[in-house]
Amino acid sequence: MSFLEFTEGPLWYVALVVFSVGVAWNIIGILAMRVRGDSAVPRKSPVAGGIKAIFLHMAPHGGFFSRTAYHVIVGYLFHLGLFALLLFGSFHVAFIKEWTGLSWTPLPRWGFIIASEVAFAGLILMWIRRWTDPITRQISDRDDHIGTGLTMLAMLTGCFALGEASDGLRAVHMLSVELLMLYFPFSRLMHAFTFIFSRYFMGAAYGKRGYVP
Amino acid sequence: MSNVATQVIDHFVSQVGAQAATWLQSCVHCGECAEACHFYEVTKDPRYTPAWKLEPFARAYRARKAPFAGVRRALGLAKEPDEAELNEWQELIYDSCTMCGRCTMVCPMGIDIASLVGLARKSMAANGIGPEDLFAVAEKSREVGSPLGVTPEKMEERIDWLSDEHEVDIPLNKEKAEVLLTISSIETMKYPQSIVAMAQVLNHAGIDWTFSTKGYEATNFGVLSGKADVAKVMIERIVAAAESVGAKTVIIPECGHAYGALRWTGAMMLGRPLPFEVFHITEYLAMLKRDGKLKLKPMDDAITYHDPCQISRRGGATEAAREVLDGFATGFREMSPTGNANWCCGGGGGVAAIQRATPLRLKVFEIKMKQVEDSGADIMVSACANCRQTLDGGKEHYKWDREIGSLVEIVADHLVKA
Ligand code: SF4
Ligand code: SF4
Repeated sequence: MSFLEFTEGPLWYVALVVFSVGVAWNIIGILAMRVRGDSAVPRKSPVAGGIKAIFLHMAPHGGFFSRTAYHVIVGYLFHLGLFALLLFGSFHVAFIKEWTGLSWTPLPRWGFIIASEVAFAGLILMWIRRWTDPITRQISDRDDHIGTGLTMLAMLTGCFALGEASDGLRAVHMLSVELLMLYFPFSRLMHAFTFIFSRYFMGAAYGKRGYVP
Repeated sequence: MSNVATQVIDHFVSQVGAQAATWLQSCVHCGECAEACHFYEVTKDPRYTPAWKLEPFARAYRARKAPFAGVRRALGLAKEPDEAELNEWQELIYDSCTMCGRCTMVCPMGIDIASLVGLARKSMAANGIGPEDLFAVAEKSREVGSPLGVTPEKMEERIDWLSDEHEVDIPLNKEKAEVLLTISSIETMKYPQSIVAMAQVLNHAGIDWTFSTKGYEATNFGVLSGKADVAKVMIERIVAAAESVGAKTVIIPECGHAYGALRWTGAMMLGRPLPFEVFHITEYLAMLKRDGKLKLKPMDDAITYHDPCQISRRGGATEAAREVLDGFATGFREMSPTGNANWCCGGGGGVAAIQRATPLRLKVFEIKMKQVEDSGADIMVSACANCRQTLDGGKEHYKWDREIGSLVEIVADHLVKA
């Protein structure tokens, strides 16, 4: 079995299972915990508050934009760039088609390059901030840096594999993505899924009182 | 690890439900919350970053309760906090968090730091870790009925004296009444004029109301200190008083945390729905005004309003004070930021009762001075005696030239006599 066959075969299956089961286990594990009953008479609908919070916290509000602009902008650059690469990169579209039969129009090459630059710029600027800003330096831990490092590695190897010039480069990209998938459920990267619940629970608790912060 | 630390952690993780778990797990360590916290704002000390205040507790959660906690422990990746660390963290969990909820506004994950701090306090308090002076006032509430030692006898004396001195009818222990009014002992001891003002307004509106020595203290130092048993006793006393007079409405006086404690968490602590409606005095005033029961003379002083966090941002009653001021206080102007985004006074969440936190609290007052001065107001009123006391402390320290007052008092001062 070649290295490429290994990364696209057994290792891929292992990563996929660990990722899917790990994420599901994580979410189910959290949601299975007791939800505190609250019999206070609501002023407004908690459900509406929860849904509002999910959308409200997509963008700065309450007059904070000037103070959080750097993080908001680089955060969006990274996330939007990453989703564009992930969902519309031609290799990924082909890969998804192979696995699910579903397919859509991929980004043209120039679009892929712009998306990568945007994603890289966002991630690098976020990481620089993590190392240099006294606040983020204080609160960051090993997990933050490993998560960022693995994401960066997956993006970088993805760019090298772009031309599909060699099986080796493709295999290295697969390996880095698999490492990321194996790490994901045990790390803070889980925020990609838990943010919805976190915002919802807050919005429901506050919305019941009448204002969603 | 010491026994105490283990007990704190056991207690903490036992309280963590789905909400707290998602909050503890979703923090991406972006640090934006620091931008909203007044303690960071005035010190620029990264230790005051709201997310950092919870760090040992988030770690304890990851080690003990989070999905895959066992894997983390087996791999030695989860270091639980020890007693020394928890003691060191007192300053962050108690002295430098007023549970104002402002950081939640800015958090991209919507994490409710204030609630998590509340859980952490309960676990620390249950194991004797926390500021002694704050714990002492909580215990005093349990023993004598009020954090400042206002016993039922003293309450009767004060009411008699205020009633005579100000020639106002202040009903106490009426057999039956539609409305039970409660007090904050800060008012009883420091701002008795507020009690007189509430009585004047309710009498003016023709309300059938009373105080009761069975349950009069609204300020709940049980909640603030994390002493859950004290918190419950304080709620039970008010419920017993309301039930004994048959009150369908309980009014919380000018105290923010008292409102949150009874209105939003009272039923949970009691274990059953509250048998009455709860209104903060500002909400009640707004209702009276809406019903045409409040006739006010105009007031044209340059005045601004300080939103108590637990009434506005965390209480949902932001508009009530504005409704009262609207049309009557012609010189009213807002500070910036205001309403739901207002800066905290720095003394909420029991911080006002923690002596060693005084220097930090006074620094926070610098934000408020600037806000008021920028607004051009000469008078800042609030609807919380605890905010007022904190702000008065700042005024005295800085020899500040603006007036600090109470909303209910200015309303009472401008009642049109029948
Ligand atoms: S709740 Fe208020 S005081 Fe506490 S950390 Fe958040 S902003 Fe700071
Ligand atoms: S803003 Fe929210 S996600 Fe960011 S560090 Fe603070 S608590 Fe964590």
